[in-house]
Amino acid sequence: MLRTLFFTSWRGNAIFAIAMLAATLPVFATEIPLADRRSDYEFMGAQTRAMQDDDSANPGMLGVLDGEALWNRRDGAAGKSCADCHNDARSSMKGVAARYPAYSPAQGRPIDLEARINQCRTDEQKATPMKFESKELLGLTAYLALQSRGMPIDVAADARTQPFIAAGREIFNRRQGQINMSCAQCHDDNWGQKLAGAPVPQGHPNGYPVYRLEWQSLGSLQRRLRNCMSGMRAEPYAYGAIENVDLELYLMWRARGLKMEAPAVRP
Amino acid sequence: MTARALINVPAKARRGEIIEIKTLIAHPMETGFRVGLNGALIPRDIITTFRCTYNGEEIFRAEFSPAIAANPFLTFFTVATATGTIAFQWEGDDGFSAAESAPITVE
Amino acid sequence: MTDDRAKDRATRRDFLANTARLAGGIALASVVATQTSRATPATMAAAIKKVVGEAPLRKGKVAIDVPPLVENGNTVPLTVSVDSPMTAANHVKAIHVFNEKNPQPNVIGVHFGPRAGKAAFSTRIKLADSQKIIAVAQLSDGSFWSDEADVIVTIAACVEDLQ
Repeated sequence: MLRTLFFTSWRGNAIFAIAMLAATLPVFATEIPLADRRSDYEFMGAQTRAMQDDDSANPGMLGVLDGEALWNRRDGAAGKSCADCHNDARSSMKGVAARYPAYSPAQGRPIDLEARINQCRTDEQKATPMKFESKELLGLTAYLALQSRGMPIDVAADARTQPFIAAGREIFNRRQGQINMSCAQCHDDNWGQKLAGAPVPQGHPNGYPVYRLEWQSLGSLQRRLRNCMSGMRAEPYAYGAIENVDLELYLMWRARGLKMEAPAVRP
Repeated sequence: MTARALINVPAKARRGEIIEIKTLIAHPMETGFRVGLNGALIPRDIITTFRCTYNGEEIFRAEFSPAIAANPFLTFFTVATATGTIAFQWEGDDGFSAAESAPITVE
Repeated sequence: MTDDRAKDRATRRDFLANTARLAGGIALASVVATQTSRATPATMAAAIKKVVGEAPLRKGKVAIDVPPLVENGNTVPLTVSVDSPMTAANHVKAIHVFNEKNPQPNVIGVHFGPRAGKAAFSTRIKLADSQKIIAVAQLSDGSFWSDEADVIVTIAACVEDLQ
């Protein structure tokens, strides 16, 4: 029966084949064994990797320069800069991005790096929070994430964070959208295979914020997750939604031990 | 308006050595062919020319079109002749103008 | 039962195929909006003629280095180099690059001075579709040389909404 089904578009063929394959799989797909996990970097072409490897060719580094300037800029009613409290980011922020999302006692739940920056802005600088995907917020997160480059991802998985990791895992494994597929079906079960000519990566967040060629700019992990969900024809969660943060936390936990690469370049 | 730019020029070179210069500048390079959310064409906004001088003398020039990718990246070569300054100038739509320079020591 | 299942598959098949085609359409729309104004091999030829005039365009000396299959048409790495001693007597004055399927046929024009050392440059370009690109080098003796390359442009599988 399946043999007789034919598409004019080979892309449609690929998506249909995966959807049919996915239809027969159990809902909780198997996690990738720790030793088999690879950064999405390894699924890119040589030229894209070269773009990431050269700091004078990586467009994400332009955002890092913006972030460095913002780190030193006095702002808000308190007239303070990040540097006034945190001094040199190269030492004080080392390893920080590799630990986020992190539990916030004030919020009673984990928050991501963008939310943590905004918490500092409102509480300490008495300044307005920066908008998601704004040049400022992306620049600052890129600058901070750079200070963790080469370090292994190390989000806390303890009694406080476990319920949120579990919530993120549930979203990752849940079938959603018009195609009724879960993230896991592609990224846990079919990574390395081709979809519409492009290899399916494992989907690790170790390069964020990334310079995505599709966006022609830096973008956050939440932006990428929203893209994924629209691509799956599912309703994306709003920027800042707790579901996005739970997913970010689960993805970082799933990528534990992988080295940070931000600002990465991705297709 | 100063746009962020990243320049890579070797700090030192031997006289007569061919050196590679890398330039990267932040700019949206809006082609003028995209349709915005309201259905209207987003107006063109691109860098149109790039010029490089070495101790005041032009060594390289380029004309960009809308087909150049956002955040234009451009690398080229020159012969290291004398110690001095290598200067870069970008100009574009809506009066866009940016300038950078880098010192070089030639022995 | 088999008939119903076959019918279900048929409608789901059409839906998926159309979704996939729509995905392709949306992605391309973010790079090229109007189907009406597009370069064609003819406009590319006209743009080349503006540079070359009546002189013959020979194949050789020029080398285009571009990935045969690009991951995203928004940012395609391109290197063009010309085999030339770059002396005062014998050098490359300019390299012009053209495309055949973007909305307009020009890509970039670079001009070398006597101190260039090497007639080569690298940049990143936008390609709206799988197509041919041509690089034309203008030499100091007035001759024109060219190289061409075919590039296949794929798009990212998951397409972003414009919001």
